[in-house]
Amino acid sequence: MVEWFSDNRAGFAAVIVVLLMAMFIWSIVLGRKQAVLTAKDEVFGDPQRTRGGWYWALSGVATLMLIWFYFSWGIGRAYFPTAANEMCQVAKLEEVVSPIKAALPIGSRYYKSTLLVARNSDQLDTVESELPTDAFTIPEQAKLKALISKVRSLIVNSSDPKNLSREATKKLDQLVLQLNALSMELRGGLEGFSPTAKALAQPKWGTTHVEIPILPITARGMLFDGVATKAREAATLFRKIRNHPPANVTIISDVKARIAKFKKVNASGKFDKKTDADRVAYVKAVERIFRRLDDGTIFPANSLDGVNGAIAGLDAARDHARGSLGTIEAIFFPGIGVVKSRTQCTEQGSARWLPKPMDVIARFLKLANPDIEGGGGYKGVPLLWWKWLPVADLVDFVTPDWIADLWPGDYVRHGIDGTISPNFKDRLLNFARGDLYLGSIPALDGHLWDSVFRVLIAMGLGIFLGVPLGLFMGVSRFFKSFFDPLIELYRPVPPLAWAPLILTIFGITDDGKVFLLFMVAFAIMVISARTGASGTQLSKIRASHSLGASDRQIMWNVILPNALPEILTGVRIAIGVCWGTLVAAEILAGTTGVGFIENIARTVSDYELIWVTILIMGMLGLLFDLIMRWVIDKTIPWRGKG
Amino acid sequence: MADLVCEDLNMAFTNPQTGAVVEALKNINFTLKKGELLSVLGPSGCGKTTLLNLIAGFLNPTSGRASLGGRVIDGPGLERGMVFQQGALFEWLPVSKNVDFGLRMKSTDPAHSRQLVEKWLDIVGLQGFGDTPTYQLSGGMQQRVALARCLVNDPDVILMDEPLGALDALTREKMQSLVLELWKETGKTIIIITHSVEEALLLGERLFVMAPRPGRIHKEYNLQFAERGLSETLREIKQDKEFNEVREEVLTMIWDMEEEIMGRG
Ligand SMILES: Nc1ncnc2c1ncn2[C@@H]1O[C@H](COP(=O)(O)OP(=O)(O)OP(=O)(O)O)[C@@H](O)[C@H]1O
Ligand SMILES: [Mg+2]
Repeated sequence: MVEWFSDNRAGFAAVIVVLLMAMFIWSIVLGRKQAVLTAKDEVFGDPQRTRGGWYWALSGVATLMLIWFYFSWGIGRAYFPTAANEMCQVAKLEEVVSPIKAALPIGSRYYKSTLLVARNSDQLDTVESELPTDAFTIPEQAKLKALISKVRSLIVNSSDPKNLSREATKKLDQLVLQLNALSMELRGGLEGFSPTAKALAQPKWGTTHVEIPILPITARGMLFDGVATKAREAATLFRKIRNHPPANVTIISDVKARIAKFKKVNASGKFDKKTDADRVAYVKAVERIFRRLDDGTIFPANSLDGVNGAIAGLDAARDHARGSLGTIEAIFFPGIGVVKSRTQCTEQGSARWLPKPMDVIARFLKLANPDIEGGGGYKGVPLLWWKWLPVADLVDFVTPDWIADLWPGDYVRHGIDGTISPNFKDRLLNFARGDLYLGSIPALDGHLWDSVFRVLIAMGLGIFLGVPLGLFMGVSRFFKSFFDPLIELYRPVPPLAWAPLILTIFGITDDGKVFLLFMVAFAIMVISARTGASGTQLSKIRASHSLGASDRQIMWNVILPNALPEILTGVRIAIGVCWGTLVAAEILAGTTGVGFIENIARTVSDYELIWVTILIMGMLGLLFDLIMRWVIDKTIPWRGKG
Repeated sequence: MADLVCEDLNMAFTNPQTGAVVEALKNINFTLKKGELLSVLGPSGCGKTTLLNLIAGFLNPTSGRASLGGRVIDGPGLERGMVFQQGALFEWLPVSKNVDFGLRMKSTDPAHSRQLVEKWLDIVGLQGFGDTPTYQLSGGMQQRVALARCLVNDPDVILMDEPLGALDALTREKMQSLVLELWKETGKTIIIITHSVEEALLLGERLFVMAPRPGRIHKEYNLQFAERGLSETLREIKQDKEFNEVREEVLTMIWDMEEEIMGRG
């Protein structure tokens, strides 16, 4: 079932998108009609105007879903399942050609040579003007100036087309020819191309985890794949072309010799420390610029015009060969498109971090699958399932081991023949440790349950301890003044600021997280119970006094019920805050829980899983709130009517 | 002999910030015999509520003492029931639970208290409303619940602080008859505070008109309208010539007092 859904998710998406569109249009039509009907007897600003309008909610949901489908490429994948594979093949060509483009105006606005000339000339000027006159003698200064002007002449020689070596000219022509041949091939049509069996056997896009299949599965893809392979040759050729004007060869060896001489003088050790440092640094600066100029990467500008044109031609041919793919990509695949990097093709732009709705559902189903061996759950724990919980574990949890220590006598010692026969005290200890079989009971299990359980335990403790304290603080000067400083000091600290401290004290076990949440819940419960208690009308208290109630009876029968609305509102707020804090605490530390899943998903960039956890947390938070709203409506119908 | 006796009652409030002293009550002396119905009138701020709170035991007098049946009052007690202006019902409980509140506090046998509740709901005209939440009742019904809640404890004295103040004219008249009926049937001592001169005259067997600063009993009347209210309709009494004469007299008195206050303030 899950597999089947998984394999056909593109098809499902296609149907759902159509339904969403229909829903969107229908609800808007309905909404318009209703708006026209009610328009005449409504006054702007009347709060009643916001009542109802479920059809707008419907169109809102449809819009949201359609936006999600669109920007995650869910629509594109549903209707053009091979498009991404073709985009991947085009991306392969782009990947190969990009180093050539980067050196040309077509890819970088300027020729790379132009940029090199500009930068190196600038630096030569700077170095020349910063010559340290106190570190070098006058003759040396003259020599250095001569050296710098020699280095500068390297730039001049490289930029002159007359000096372009014949070999370089030949290779550039060859490159243009190669590129033109590629363009020809791209324009040659798709005749005779068909995908290999191996390519067709690849998993389809959207059935494996995420990947776009990398081998071409269409004729157009084959064409681009082939051209990309050939373009590799051209790229290699381009990388190897160098411009070494004959005039530069002698200059280079001359400069090298001069620099070596300076270095030798520097190394003689007859300068004081500062002068020495200045001299060494200056010679090094000149040498650094020289090194960048002696490798023949500067070309006369016009000499590369041919290559630039050929690349432009290749781009035009590419667009021609893409044909309808270009339009489809522009409309249905918003973002940067597909980028090929080393061994894989990946979606870029919104589609990268916004997974497709269908993939999120598939990931959720996988996560929710309780069959761990079958690949379900996460890190060996199901999302939400049940298990047999040994009763002994519970006993271990509730009975501390020191109970056994209280029993009179000693624990058993091994006898002279090496045997051990446990006495009652030992058995007591085993019991307290849960080292025995007492049967098992079914219990809930899983990441989700762990998270919920932590919140529930903390809430339970918070209510159990916080409400009585709050009530007493509401009626007693001592309680109010004694506990006020404590609570008011720790409460304003954001719970997450406590987290590092508490998690260090308790370690990664549940205790720390529960304690952290308890702190949150406790403060909220105390404050709400206190507000509720101190808000009791004096006349009610007096009435109950006149009716013969004792102080304790008044507390229980008047003040508590009177504070109930505030207390339940407090519970509602506390659950929300606890839930928020818990997920963050689980991200900090832990081995189970929804926050834990998200944290691990983050480290491996599993965007589907990140979104699954986000949605789970949202839904559960909403569920908690709805339950509390329902409870409040049911248990305190008198709220606001006293 | 459960007479209510006030001897030299004095009550002074001191403002903790300014230290200013308000003499809410000064030298109050009176004796209320068992079964008497006293109504108290007076301009706002003359100490009516304070007097009632002292008798109920919610406040302790600065000096002097109030006693009921020879026992000095030093705190709230079952023998003195109170009905508040706004009912002060427990809105989280249904009508019957409100009424039997006092009984439950005493752990009365549930069967017995059910009977009592039935009886009193019947008397105040709320039969069948036992399970209704109090917030669903009208103002007049709420006041009747408050009355029943107080009466079910069988107090010796019933203290009412403007119990009918928030009701409309018609409901108010019905409630006035109810109070008179209850008074006749139970023979309880009742003190009722009111702002309405008419109500004070109709209900009060005795009437205190109080004056402010310091709060004191300005004038006392002995009236027979309450007695007559048991047999005649209240509407008839209101048309009575003597009734109107007394009403004019008391009204003028209170007007003068109010004017004096305004002038001084
Ligand atoms: N708790 C208190 N602290 C300080 N002053 C008080 C307090 N209670 C009452 N007073 C003062 O005592 C005086 C009498 O108040 P009281 O409430 O008894 O008046 P009242 O006659 O019931 O007025 P009303 O008709 O408006 O209810 C007023 O001046 C009031 O300001
Ligand atoms: Mg008052």
